[in-house]
Amino acid sequence: MVEKERVQTPPKGGVFVAHARVLDAEDIKRAIQRMAHEIVERNHGLDNVVLIGLQTGGVMVAEMLTEALSKISGTSPPQGTLDVALHRDDIGMRPVIPEAVTDISVDLDGATIVIADDVLFTGRTIRAALDALCDFGRPKEIQLAVMVDRGHRELPIRPDYVGKNLPTRISEIVDVSPEGVDLGTVEK
Amino acid sequence: MNSIPSRSLLSIEGMTKSDIEEILDLTDTFDEIGRRPIPKVPALRGRTVATVFFENSTRTRLSFETAARRLSADTMSFGAGSSSLSKGESIRDTVEVIEAYGADVLVVRHPAAGIAQRIDNWTDALVVNAGDGCHEHPTQALLDAYTLRKHKGSLNGLRIAIVGDIRHSRVARSDVLAFTMLGAEVVLVAPPTLLPPSLEGWPVTISYDLDEVLPTLDVCYLLRMQNERISEGLIPSVREYTADYGLNIKRAATLPKDALICHPGPTNRGIEIEAAVASDPRSVILDQVSNGVSIRMAVLFLLLGSGRNLGATSELEGGQ
Amino acid sequence: MSLVIRGGTIIDSEGEKKADVAIGDDGLITEVSSNLKGEEEIDASGCIVTSGFVDLHSHLREPGQEDAETIETGARGGALGGYTALIAMPNTTPAMDCLAVIEQVRALGEKSVCEIIPTGTMTVGRNGEQMSPMGELVDAGVGIFTDDGNGLQDPRLMRRIMEYSTGLTHRLGRPVVLAQHCEVEALSSGGYMHEGAWSSRLGIPGQPAEAEELMVSRDIALVRLTGAHMHFQHLSTAGSVEMVRLAKQEGLPITAEATTHHFSLTDESCASYDPVFKVHPPLRTDQDVIAVRKGLSDGTIDAIATDHAPHTDHSKEKSFDEAPPGMLGLETAFSVSLEDSGLDLPQILALLSWRPAAIAGVLDRHGNTVSIGAKANLCVIDPDITWTVSGNLMASRSSNTPYEGRRLRGRVRHTIQSGEAVVIDGEIQR
Repeated sequence: MVEKERVQTPPKGGVFVAHARVLDAEDIKRAIQRMAHEIVERNHGLDNVVLIGLQTGGVMVAEMLTEALSKISGTSPPQGTLDVALHRDDIGMRPVIPEAVTDISVDLDGATIVIADDVLFTGRTIRAALDALCDFGRPKEIQLAVMVDRGHRELPIRPDYVGKNLPTRISEIVDVSPEGVDLGTVEK
Repeated sequence: MNSIPSRSLLSIEGMTKSDIEEILDLTDTFDEIGRRPIPKVPALRGRTVATVFFENSTRTRLSFETAARRLSADTMSFGAGSSSLSKGESIRDTVEVIEAYGADVLVVRHPAAGIAQRIDNWTDALVVNAGDGCHEHPTQALLDAYTLRKHKGSLNGLRIAIVGDIRHSRVARSDVLAFTMLGAEVVLVAPPTLLPPSLEGWPVTISYDLDEVLPTLDVCYLLRMQNERISEGLIPSVREYTADYGLNIKRAATLPKDALICHPGPTNRGIEIEAAVASDPRSVILDQVSNGVSIRMAVLFLLLGSGRNLGATSELEGGQ
Repeated sequence: MSLVIRGGTIIDSEGEKKADVAIGDDGLITEVSSNLKGEEEIDASGCIVTSGFVDLHSHLREPGQEDAETIETGARGGALGGYTALIAMPNTTPAMDCLAVIEQVRALGEKSVCEIIPTGTMTVGRNGEQMSPMGELVDAGVGIFTDDGNGLQDPRLMRRIMEYSTGLTHRLGRPVVLAQHCEVEALSSGGYMHEGAWSSRLGIPGQPAEAEELMVSRDIALVRLTGAHMHFQHLSTAGSVEMVRLAKQEGLPITAEATTHHFSLTDESCASYDPVFKVHPPLRTDQDVIAVRKGLSDGTIDAIATDHAPHTDHSKEKSFDEAPPGMLGLETAFSVSLEDSGLDLPQILALLSWRPAAIAGVLDRHGNTVSIGAKANLCVIDPDITWTVSGNLMASRSSNTPYEGRRLRGRVRHTIQSGEAVVIDGEIQR
């Protein structure tokens, strides 16, 4: 699997400035633990559960969930990564480049997929992910786990497992890393 | 459709090392798509890719069309046999008609050098040069570089021989530029009549002696020997060419164990390559073919879908 | 009715002087002195007055290829470029290999704003096999024979033509001039530009300098053998220039011309793949351009010619390989010569006017000194005006100029043809 390092690419002409730390590293760990328990509870175990992390921010979340799940249930669910760039609805309107190669080596027919992503915002990324996953097979069910739900949905998408509900202004940026979740803006 | 215009892909000349590396890096993504159960993404939905082949080539045309279809683009094909591409007709008129049909990209192959560039001047559509006379075949060089990189990790420091009719080979010209830009050392092996009249400014060494060169190589890249060369009096006979420059079993044994054997295809078994050598485990000829589709997907995506200039920097925003 | 050119400086083969020129109804110069007055006056202040130019090498395309140019439009282009005589190349359709076509061309040129002087072909239909009826054509006043567009490939036939031509001197009143487009097709075929570093880089098949030089060398030897008068057209290589230099030192009856594109452009121009730069002989290297300039400067090359070769836009919108060779030249020749030849103005005027007039045998009426009794075939040049070349604005029916968009200094302002002002202030009058 060719994995690119998660690169913080600041928008041209601006730099991310954090104004508030909403969750610290410990909060994140606790949220992950809770979500992992919720996943096991909802699915009555981990049979046929596959974790798919969305490039690039969701990969870390998927990895943390997998680790937590294996501690809880003793088994490690299969994990894959998905880059949805090529399924986006704004291709050709703005620069879009796939950042990493998709790696899904498990059969998704009849699987219960849990998509993992860092931030749920407009919902368009998840729509693209649903589109992409259906090309891999016919899953039994698709669920969504996100570290942060910041509102402002533009499509009828809802998460099944949420680390933190965080109301935000559209102009704000949410940044998720293993050290914590920060809320900030882009300054020139 | 709103998009930031991109630059056409006309030649390796004019590209930088990072332009090429970006395309190679991106190709991994498209390579993976080819292995999916449904090898298709909607990235170029609604866009139209027209293959305009004034010189026939079923293989290259199919490779581009497959690439386009995997990106969900529509395709149109104009071939040398069809009346719309009759020889002597103003190419400009022909191209303007094809553009009027709604083509966003013209993939052009022509027996004369420079036509892709001229067409690019005449049309608003983007142009991919699929081979212009003896000048260049940029996507071939890109897929060759990608194949070598996949097997060897990097081209830096590799010693690559290109063997055969260099003089008339657009593949050789593009490969020389691409390979040397990526840090490889290139030696051209051919009789004097099959080398370009002037190698001034070419970053290569030459040799007339294949046997001497073979044990020193990391890659042996064979070119196709065409029968026309005999009628033009450039070599005495196919037999002599094969004896002096063909990669036969005996010669293949002198090639290092970890070397690679390449060919742009289609091969002339028994001439530039002995049949048994074509299936030598060191041969990556089939990889070149499959990588061709992935490379062409990367190129078409960069031209039409990414909203970026090939090689220029621009604002990258991640979607959320 | 008299016409006076006022306020100019005369430069001709005898020197330079400031004077007005008066021209009478009969088209002859009546007076050359200061403060002249006349019924019609043309302003030449700050300008140079000189004899009109003579182009030894123009393709006027009529009869047969009138979509590219006609005698009328070619003549207009010539007049705008300062030319008062154009030697028309015979590769028309049908070719100028018989009296009927020669007379047709003369008739078409009779009323045109430039004198049109037809040449004859060396071989029937330019087929390179059978000698044209040179005697009959000489009797009709044709003094130059060429198969231009192609060189004559067969050395045996070339020798025969040379020998035969020497027997026609007494009928013409001067030696018949054979003009050669030097290109050995066995070496040039399949080559569309100069063979060298650039052709290798661009992937366009090339033709070596030797394709021209071998024929130059051959014809010098045949001139030595036969005594015929050979004029080498459009010399383009350093090797050719040097051979002609030595042949002249030997005293052989040889003259030569070079085109403006061969001393102002190189093979590097082909990098755009634009067939406007495709020409035979092809644009060569920097070294060749330097050698051609030197040849013009030291007298090895006697004349600047244009090889004006109009082609429709349609025919040039093809690949470099398929497009026909040739570029326009009449309207840019003077300005490009002034800017790129490295020569001074009197040298340039000699190369454009009286030296080609001598080769063409028309010194009785073109290329004269600006003096009383001379035929008024003149042009007036503004050496300081700047202008931008635009193919679409030219008088030619075609627009294939390699200087498109280039800003040039110096331009012909007025042209007088047989006493008539056919160009005034850069505008053609009819």
